[in-house]
Amino acid sequence: MIELADVSVRSGDYLLEGISFQVQAGAYAVLMGRTGIGKTTLLEAICGLRRVLRGQVLVGGVNVTGWSPGDRRIGYMPQDLALFPTMTVRQHLEFAQRLQRASQPAMAARVRELADLLEIDHLLPRGVRGLSGGEAQRVALGRALAARPALLLLDETISALDAETRRSARQMLKNLNRQTGVTVLHVTHDKEDAEQLSDVCLQLARTGTGRVQVSCAGAAT
Amino acid sequence: MSASGDQQQAVLNGRRGPLRDAVFFLVMGGLSSCFVLLIVLLLAADLSFTSPRAFAAALQKPEIQAAFRLTMLTCTLAAVLSVWVATPLGYLLSRFRFPGSRIVDVLVDIPIVLPPLVLGLSLLILFHQPFPLTRWFAESGADTVADGSKVDATGRPAGWILENWLEESAGIPVTYRWPAVVLAQFAVSCAFAVRTMRVTFDQINPRAEDVARTLGCTRGQAFLQVALPQAWRGILTAGTISWARALGEFGPILVFAGATRFRTEVLSTSVFLELSVGQLDAAVAVSLMMVLMAVAVLLFLRWLGAGMST
Repeated sequence: MIELADVSVRSGDYLLEGISFQVQAGAYAVLMGRTGIGKTTLLEAICGLRRVLRGQVLVGGVNVTGWSPGDRRIGYMPQDLALFPTMTVRQHLEFAQRLQRASQPAMAARVRELADLLEIDHLLPRGVRGLSGGEAQRVALGRALAARPALLLLDETISALDAETRRSARQMLKNLNRQTGVTVLHVTHDKEDAEQLSDVCLQLARTGTGRVQVSCAGAAT
Repeated sequence: MSASGDQQQAVLNGRRGPLRDAVFFLVMGGLSSCFVLLIVLLLAADLSFTSPRAFAAALQKPEIQAAFRLTMLTCTLAAVLSVWVATPLGYLLSRFRFPGSRIVDVLVDIPIVLPPLVLGLSLLILFHQPFPLTRWFAESGADTVADGSKVDATGRPAGWILENWLEESAGIPVTYRWPAVVLAQFAVSCAFAVRTMRVTFDQINPRAEDVARTLGCTRGQAFLQVALPQAWRGILTAGTISWARALGEFGPILVFAGATRFRTEVLSTSVFLELSVGQLDAAVAVSLMMVLMAVAVLLFLRWLGAGMST
């Protein structure tokens, strides 16, 4: 479960104030809002890359507000995926596990599991330069899931894909959510993403008083 | 204008097009070739001035061989030190806005714009001037000599002096010794290395380091495991540029390290020393040697640049 309680966060001169919402464990939540409203800033605050000025971020009921990003058990996929150009696909999947000092057999087993799940077995020895958009997206997803996070944050990660790849990416994301039980908070502009993926649809918007707030736009069918 | 008039004008424009292009290329090429021609003429003048025999004879002089060895040693040390310092500094300037970061940004460029002799003089003062605060403390119990300055019991200027401390405590005399050559070269070449490293890190996506931190990296681990491996070409470029800058350094070395044969003489000072004793052949031979070294460095940089662009 992810809960934000009265969170304030700043990005340059822009201030997001008093943001509160809650997503149940295992749910697929989609967060929508117009460009520049602060969706990415909010995700960065949740995963610890941006300092929370006030309020609390709770993951699985634990207050992680002051924790460093690596201790929060949150997987983060930015819009540009930010793959590591000097590493192979296998090294991407091993990265988080190496930091956790996982044993070699445990690491190999997890890599196999993720490669099967994401259908990237054939890509494991390859570098990430030259991967297609869909392949790169799967690798970034595998990297984020490798350490078994409690929450997965996706920042418009499938927006740049072509229509067909996007359809299969949606299917993959939904399957991952069902199979792994990871809670997902997915930022998107695309209403189709929201309709097809979300259990909960959140809207980040400016209210009549000029404050930016998250409202529940409804639960998908 | 009628339709047929438009047509005629279009035909005329079409005919004039190649002529206008030719004028354009003539003007641009003419202006550009001035500089290219100057460099070619300079190199040709050097080459025509000396013969292979005179070149070989000059290079066999023991003092020039010693200068060559010292140049290789000091340039390499200066380049390594520059990269060692420029990598973290370039990273900090590229990634963070901290209090005073703009001032630091300006400060690191000062050695680039400072007149070389001034830099050498500043180094000399830094190493031999008593530090202000220590001087104030020491002067309370010091003697005054005829010129009004304060001296300690040993007759040296009162206060803590960097050169004295290095010589007595660390056993490393610097001024007018080879470490002064390295320091004078480092002071300039490091500024170029910092610029190069900053641009290198500017071109590396900081998001990758952010993602690494969410996966469990500390900032240090994100730098070492994600940013630094991507910066290897930039590091090589910074090292090469530093080395080339150190090779051409003359003014600060002359002031801070002197030009003593077999002691602080590097190739740039060899040219000066040979000229000062009227050995023009030897001066030109050393100059040509430096040109060859510079061309090798430039070719290496071009190769690195080609790799970066792909």
